Amino acid sequence: MELVKLKIDNRTVEVEKGTTIYHAAQKLNIEIPTLCYMNLKDLNIEHKPGGCRICVVEVEGRRNLAPSCATECMEGMEVKTHSLRVLNARRTVLELIISDHPFDCLVCAKSGHCDLQDMAVKLGVRDLPFQGEKSTYKPDFSPAIIRDVDKCIMCRRCETMCNDFQTVGVLSGIHRGFEAVVAPAFERDLDHSECTYCGQCVAVCPTAALTEVDHTKNVIAALSDPRKTVVVQTAPAVRAALGEEFGMEPGTLVTGKMVSALRQLGFDFVFDTDFAADLTIMEEGTEMLDRISRHLNGDKDVKLPILTSCCPGWVNFFEYYYPDMLDIPSTARSPQQMFGAIAKTYFAEKQKIDRKDMVVVSIMPCVAKKYECTREEFAEDNNPDVDFSISTRELAKFIKQANIDFDSLPDEDFDKPMGESTGAAVIFGTTGGVIEAATRTAYELHTGKALPKVDFDALRGFEGIRSASVDFNGTEIKIGIAHGLGNARKLLDDVKAGKADFHAIEIMACPGGCIGGGGQPLHHGDSSVLKARAKAIYEEDKGKTLRKSHENPDIIKLYEEYLGKPGSEKAHKLLHTHYFDKKAKQVLLD
Amino acid sequence: MTKIKSLADLKKMKSDLQSKIALREKSDTPEGRTLIKVAMATCGIASGSKQVMDFLVEELDKRNVDAIVTQTGCMGYCYAEPTIEVTVPGKDPVVFGYVDTKKADDIIEKYIKNGELLEGIIPVNYETIEKNK
Amino acid sequence: MAKYKMHMLVCGGTGCRASASDMLYENLKKEVQDNNLEDDVQVVTTGCFGFCEKGPIVKVIPDNTFYVSVEPDDAKDIVAEHAIKGRSVKRLLYTDPAKKEQIPDSKHMGFYKKQIRIALRNCGLIDPENIEEYLAADGYEALGKVLAEMKPEEAIQEVIDSGLRGRGGGGFPTGIKWQIASKVDGAQKYVVCNADEGDPGAFMDRSILEGDPHSVLESMAINGYCIGATKGLIYIRAEYPLAIKRLKIAIKQAREFGLLGKDILGSGFDFDVEIRYGAGAFVCGEETALIHSMEGDRGEPTFKPPFPAQSGYLGMPTNVNNVESYANIPVIFNKGAKWFASIGTEKSKGTKVFALAGKINNVGLIEVPMGITLREVIYEIGGGIKDGKKFKAVQTGGPSGGCLTEKHLDTPIDFDNLIAAGSMMGSGGMIVMDEDDCMVSVAKFYLDFTVEESCGKCSPCRVGNKRLYEQLELITQGKAKKEDLDKLRNLSNVIRDTSLCGLGQTSPNPVLSTMDNFHEEYLAHVTDKQCPSGVCKDLIRYEVIAENCVGCTACARNCPVNCISGERKQVHEIDQALCIKCGACLEKCKFNAIAVI
Repeated sequence: MELVKLKIDNRTVEVEKGTTIYHAAQKLNIEIPTLCYMNLKDLNIEHKPGGCRICVVEVEGRRNLAPSCATECMEGMEVKTHSLRVLNARRTVLELIISDHPFDCLVCAKSGHCDLQDMAVKLGVRDLPFQGEKSTYKPDFSPAIIRDVDKCIMCRRCETMCNDFQTVGVLSGIHRGFEAVVAPAFERDLDHSECTYCGQCVAVCPTAALTEVDHTKNVIAALSDPRKTVVVQTAPAVRAALGEEFGMEPGTLVTGKMVSALRQLGFDFVFDTDFAADLTIMEEGTEMLDRISRHLNGDKDVKLPILTSCCPGWVNFFEYYYPDMLDIPSTARSPQQMFGAIAKTYFAEKQKIDRKDMVVVSIMPCVAKKYECTREEFAEDNNPDVDFSISTRELAKFIKQANIDFDSLPDEDFDKPMGESTGAAVIFGTTGGVIEAATRTAYELHTGKALPKVDFDALRGFEGIRSASVDFNGTEIKIGIAHGLGNARKLLDDVKAGKADFHAIEIMACPGGCIGGGGQPLHHGDSSVLKARAKAIYEEDKGKTLRKSHENPDIIKLYEEYLGKPGSEKAHKLLHTHYFDKKAKQVLLD
Repeated sequence: MTKIKSLADLKKMKSDLQSKIALREKSDTPEGRTLIKVAMATCGIASGSKQVMDFLVEELDKRNVDAIVTQTGCMGYCYAEPTIEVTVPGKDPVVFGYVDTKKADDIIEKYIKNGELLEGIIPVNYETIEKNK
Repeated sequence: MAKYKMHMLVCGGTGCRASASDMLYENLKKEVQDNNLEDDVQVVTTGCFGFCEKGPIVKVIPDNTFYVSVEPDDAKDIVAEHAIKGRSVKRLLYTDPAKKEQIPDSKHMGFYKKQIRIALRNCGLIDPENIEEYLAADGYEALGKVLAEMKPEEAIQEVIDSGLRGRGGGGFPTGIKWQIASKVDGAQKYVVCNADEGDPGAFMDRSILEGDPHSVLESMAINGYCIGATKGLIYIRAEYPLAIKRLKIAIKQAREFGLLGKDILGSGFDFDVEIRYGAGAFVCGEETALIHSMEGDRGEPTFKPPFPAQSGYLGMPTNVNNVESYANIPVIFNKGAKWFASIGTEKSKGTKVFALAGKINNVGLIEVPMGITLREVIYEIGGGIKDGKKFKAVQTGGPSGGCLTEKHLDTPIDFDNLIAAGSMMGSGGMIVMDEDDCMVSVAKFYLDFTVEESCGKCSPCRVGNKRLYEQLELITQGKAKKEDLDKLRNLSNVIRDTSLCGLGQTSPNPVLSTMDNFHEEYLAHVTDKQCPSGVCKDLIRYEVIAENCVGCTACARNCPVNCISGERKQVHEIDQALCIKCGACLEKCKFNAIAVI
């Protein structure tokens, strides 16, 4: 390892060759302000386009100032991080950025969480010396993400997530000069692009240029309408992260408090998406077992691997990029949609209410779920199975607005019947969880024996692409797992090229699975946050008496009373779906 | 087209092709070269100046004489056509009258190459054609 | 083979073509044929002669007769008079603007007298679409010599010894650049010719590619041999269709002759060239942006290091040189580094091509030895200021450069002197301004260009230049205060100090150099609300000088907004509230009765 020695603010530091000035300064606890810079080190993403020029420093002997995030340390360098020249430049540059930014902070969705606002405070910007034309663009309202690009400061973080990490490639710089902005090609709407609504762009945007569609208002309206029965479902990953918004340590499970808060907010029934997750396993696990056994019995028509289909971002992704493989994902709907379909039929009938008088709200760690519930397949007579999906972040805001003291809430239990769940459902929230849950059930249904050990450690972990095999009574079942769409693409391309021979693959669009979803409290790429959330989820699983979906008594009852058996005609109608070639759809739209 | 296979091939090819633009290159640096102007007005052409010019261009090249042959309008010696003006570097221009191919041959061999004076020089007041132009 | 006694060289550059030089060529050919002169007279299309002010140009060889502003119909006269009767067509000869006399041939034209043509050596001499003419003009001999007789490091040393510096603007020593690239290992190295010429008014690269495309191909192959690259790419803007066409022909011919492709000249060295098209973004002249654009990405610069030599096209070691730099290379090998280094100044060797434009008599493309003075360029080659006006400034280096004034007229032009004088060489744009030009407006003009051409990646360039432009606009509108000049200067300095690439780092130069050299003029705008040159519309008004006005009504009849009133033979009056300051009245008045105040 080659070392270089340099001086930063008259203090000597020795760093590995190739280290940037920014990192070297950090070693000395010298904080250089940054704006466009983003370091998601556990995802192997260091975004340093050197575009904002806030982090510039003075390097002795150099004609102009150097961006510390991108300039490598050299032997004998002398760096000044806060000289008058630097301070003047930094502030002037920030004033310039602000001069082309709307001044609607009072009503901005990001107010209080805005990196640009924070920087203005930090650098002491108190007036606006530059006033002139502002660049304006057409706002873009998609079902899940709002682009208010007047607020784009060209940090390009979203591009890195969309292109490098997710390989979706929707967002990139367009136009030039003062008009330059990040947008889909030809300045189309997201709705007319290949956007999967994974929301990773929203998660990293420093300003309110990219935000999730906020449905809180609609939820409040439904709650205030006495004619409506409002049912809420909460996804497994929400309970492992919601506490962070109230200052709790990452990994604090707040299931009971969350239920209690939702009741206080006025929801008529507080249910659990986990119930639907168990249902998903019944359907998907059965389908998986069926396809694998047919395959093992030599049926050439059956296609493998079977791919999980509970992640809406992932579904969008393969609908755009792998339209030739639409027959391999499981046809099972996602838990959110299974929940909606059962709530507005089985449960509505039980309650003797018309589905039109029922409003189903979901609390999701996700941005794509907002889009998923608007898909035409998931509605009956234009009445959607799930009416509104709000994110973990939105729920936290809602709770705060209602002045609920979250910390002191008592722990409460979900309502019956759709609040009952097993440990298998909880682990849906983390990468590898869905396939582990499916394996638990498939194993027992296939072998007729009880699992010797419920935990499949081989399926757990944080590697972007993982594989494991499970012994099904002498038959080896090969399982692949990917999280992050870039990793999914690699895995899928291998499958396509015949380089991978998995029987089943689980894919989640977001890093870490739903716990790192686009609607979760911001984790800033810190995988220790993600790992803590995953740990919490596995703990909840461990604490459950029932840990296999097929043991959920209310699921058993649902089949007995209503659906018949997994894969029945009724189950197919309510719980399964089909996929579209979205590239073809897009051509029609244009 | 066959490919050029070596530097030697390339050089040979160049020498074959050089004549294509030799005239342009020479005229770009007229200094140090013999300048011959052939009067090619109607009177000159009628008395055979075209043949003289062709002969000069052809022969000067063959005999490796570094000269530029240009045509010019009537020099005013219509009685003595064809006429040519020869400027050897460092000398005053000389006008020859009644030039036919034989005379042209003499001019090349004797006057241009060896500096011998020949018959048939038309005395002029050292007024070059350039000034007339 | 016919031994032509006369060559008629017709300029086939883009400029002359725009004035129908291709038709002129056809007509000349036809006239030659009709007069049975095919064996005596050769009509050739060549590259640009540089004297674009008076195109289309026809040069007749061997007497160097130089015809200007030739129209297709003039072909008849040229053949009948010049080719048959040996008399030049007087009306087509160039008239010296100062002496008002006709110049018989190019050798007597001031425009050419001080020029030394190295990069442009074949422009206006050979037919660019005919490889045989290039071969006749020592073409590919340098490549042959390098491949057969020199090791790569020897060849690189020759380029280093020549002292050639990059002609694209940066002035980095070309040989050193090659040396660095030669020392980096890579599975596939690349040689890239930067033909993304974008300075306003500069067209030397286009002219070289149109007039002598083979010289660039030959140099790229030499470059490839020196650094160990087998692939060459030419990044050229799609707005240069003629250059592209001729490059394509040249590449095809060179392949046919075995001068590109496998085992060139039996040396075992493989090299081939492909063309990549740019969409005409100025910033793509910056080498990292150029490489991104070639890769199909957005044309944006990235931070250096890594330099292209370390990680360039497709992440491979890449050497990027500009067209004009390349055009010098064969001559360096043919005539020797020593010969090349004998031209120019101590630190700037050889020649530089400039595109002369603006208020100057001889607008065009010139190639002069480094060290020539601005005075020689403007007054001797350029023929002085148009209409006998007074010289005010010359802008060099394009939008990144600065303005030089009277006091710089005798400064020898080279890379370092220009920077010392507050400007730069750039790619060689030279725009001459006279007393009628307002320097604030000039700075605004260049800023307008940078605002358009900034890629928008870094904030100081994206937003800063826009604000700079807006500040200048306020000054020209008389809405700025004296304190705003300090703000303007600070903003300029910060943009220069913090921008990512050369574009932003130099974009404030026109502002800073005009502020330094014409401070009074800025002050007049902000304190007196006056534009001394009478350019800024918001600061001037047109008035009738009563004692001169004879009441002819010419002004009133020509005023597009009818704001001039007055009876015939009575003094007229301009309604300032309605006047749009178009200047029509001033132009039409024959009695000096309209004044700009």
